[in-house]
Amino acid sequence: MVTILYFARLKEIVGKEQEQLPFEGRTVKELLDYIEQQYDFSNFVHVAVNEEYALLEDTLQEHDTVAIIPPVSGG
Amino acid sequence: MKRFEIVTTELNPELYRQAVLHPNAGAVTVFTGHVREWTNGIQTTYLAYEAYVPMAEKMLAQIGQEIQEKWPETKVAIAHRIGELQISDIAVVIAVSSPHRKAAYEANEYAIERIKEIVPIWKKEIWQNGEEWVGDQQKKPVPKGE
Repeated sequence: MVTILYFARLKEIVGKEQEQLPFEGRTVKELLDYIEQQYDFSNFVHVAVNEEYALLEDTLQEHDTVAIIPPVSGG
Repeated sequence: MKRFEIVTTELNPELYRQAVLHPNAGAVTVFTGHVREWTNGIQTTYLAYEAYVPMAEKMLAQIGQEIQEKWPETKVAIAHRIGELQISDIAVVIAVSSPHRKAAYEANEYAIERIKEIVPIWKKEIWQNGEEWVGDQQKKPVPKGE
């Protein structure tokens, strides 16, 4: 299983901070496609895997933590 | 206190100035970013910041690393507050020391620009009659420094 973390607006849409999904062995892109379809949200800009920015074609491993990063607005 | 940190309580800029001070530092720039009441004609009641804390602290440290490479003699400390902040509260503190002032000014500005690009922190503006996550300031994050 892969742990998915949600933040900001996406967290409010999903209604939870995190969930476990069976996306090990699949790509970041496949996960985003699923989330987009499931929650009708496509304002992602970036994805972090285990606290590092990841690429769409990266493959997820068992126990990975994937954070969906909407446009950041710190400062 | 850590040199690169996310905090949930009031920020004291003096701590970060002290953290970068050393005998060869001839200049320290301390930037504080504050909660602004008016943005594009809309009155903010308060702000709520959220962060992916462990990654945000890593990214702040990465910005420190980038600054070290660009301005080798500087020392940097950065803190960002999250949670509910009122008008004029300090949201971010950036302290940069350097033997001479030019690098301290330049590196400090670089730090705030990079914070707005790569650090996973989100701001929600709360108005009298609504609220909104802010996310249009930077549409394309740049994961690596130039």
